[in-house]
Amino acid sequence: MLYALLCYHDEDVVWSWSKEEDDAVMARLGQVQEKWVKAGKLGPSLRLLPTTAATTLRKSEDPPLVLDGPFAETKEQLLGFYIIDVEGLEEALAFARELAAANPGGAYEIRPVGLYNADPRTAV
Amino acid sequence: MSEESWINAALTGARPRAVGALLRYFRDLDTAEEAFQEACLRALKHWPVNGPPRDAAAWLIMVGRNAALDGARRMSRQEALPEEAVLSDLEDAEAPLAERLDGAQYRDDVLRLLFICCHPDLPATQQIALALRIVCGLGVRQIARAFVVGEAAMEQRITRAKARIAKADVPFEAPGAVERSERLAAVAAMAYLVFNEGYSVREPQLAGDADLCEEAIRLARLLLRLFPAEPEIMGLLGLMLLQHARAPARFNAAGEIVLLEEQDRTLWNRKLIGEGLALIDKAVRHQRPGPYQVQAAIAAEHSRSARAGETDWGSIAALYAALERMQPSPVITLNRAVAISKVLGPAEALALIEPLAERLGAYFPYHGARGHFLLQLGRKAEARAAFNQAICLANTPAEAALIRQHLDKLGEEAGIPG
Repeated sequence: MLYALLCYHDEDVVWSWSKEEDDAVMARLGQVQEKWVKAGKLGPSLRLLPTTAATTLRKSEDPPLVLDGPFAETKEQLLGFYIIDVEGLEEALAFARELAAANPGGAYEIRPVGLYNADPRTAV
Repeated sequence: MSEESWINAALTGARPRAVGALLRYFRDLDTAEEAFQEACLRALKHWPVNGPPRDAAAWLIMVGRNAALDGARRMSRQEALPEEAVLSDLEDAEAPLAERLDGAQYRDDVLRLLFICCHPDLPATQQIALALRIVCGLGVRQIARAFVVGEAAMEQRITRAKARIAKADVPFEAPGAVERSERLAAVAAMAYLVFNEGYSVREPQLAGDADLCEEAIRLARLLLRLFPAEPEIMGLLGLMLLQHARAPARFNAAGEIVLLEEQDRTLWNRKLIGEGLALIDKAVRHQRPGPYQVQAAIAAEHSRSARAGETDWGSIAALYAALERMQPSPVITLNRAVAISKVLGPAEALALIEPLAERLGAYFPYHGARGHFLLQLGRKAEARAAFNQAICLANTPAEAALIRQHLDKLGEEAGIPG
């Protein structure tokens, strides 16, 4: 079963980390990821740049409107995601709990994947 | 790092947050500043004994607030309160306070502080100088250097600005949307000067020195979040990120400055560059060019070149010309001359900067660049004189060492031991 693990956190907090703090968090997350990679359960993952670098195309207008910033103004922002291939929700939660221990604060949204297209550039 | 420099770095780093929060408590700039100064004095006394607090800003806010309240009580009751008893509660008080200050609140404090420093009654130069002094805690000498003016003149400018702001009876409330966007330009300029201060005084090994650049970047990110569709703020943040991305390559192992052209570009921070380039793309869409966007575009030209030899100096010269039209300044002309020297040659570049001698006579990079052009033209004696003048004006040992390398080479060529 494919799940997407969407990472939410207060961007103000995360982008206030010093380089040392950031490196330490990434190193701890790396250990968790490695374990799940070895088990063949971790797919692609990515970390997003701050929402100040984001642009939104709003389709409700015709032609669509291009706006600066993220789609939603919320306290916690989408900062990245993982794709995992697990038995079910309990195992997805186990992965999320391990990540949470390595990087406290914020929230993970565990969302089943409906359609998954592999990266066409690597599929060749 | 020595104890003293660690404490100074911590005090400088905590300053915008601490003074901003104290201003929120007291609604008076002088009281907030005095409270912060008092807290700093106590920090210098207590931190070497008790070790560094977990959250320096929270400690300073708590101590500063208590000290100012004690002072007020003493004034009204004419009796002293037990100082040490107040301080002994600190360890307990620190944790909840730190939690309350977590997140975005301190940034609102900092922003409020910035806007109050940028009061419209003050001319732009005084706003910037005042904010540098009050928000960033820069010394008068540092501020004078950033403005390329004398120290005494800057001292006077700051004193005058404080007097005017006191007389103006600044309202505590943050300004409305229109007023706020009018002040944005001054705040942005101030943030960039903060960045430049961090960039220019930075020595590779001192951890505390990097804070100024990062504080300025955070400030710019905050400004962009408040003004998400403002292309000049995108340009400002993009410019800072692209310049800061080069930080790991700017000094060699011996602590000497490595010039842009000689930097190991694989050391550049690709993540910061990616964010900077994304911001420029966003800004360009607005079709409202401004000085920060142009400067960011210049920095982007360097970032996009994998090797120094691939740099598109023609585009850079054209961008500097555009910048000069928007913002005439001898320093920009000097930079354009460097680009011109790559495209047209040193003679054209030298001709462009010779008329600036009077205005940039006290500016270290002017003599460095002039020495280079003269050297390229084979005018060695004049080059040596220019480099000697540059050394006299160098602000840091690293700057002096950079010029000394050229002098040494000149000496070797002339058969004189370096």
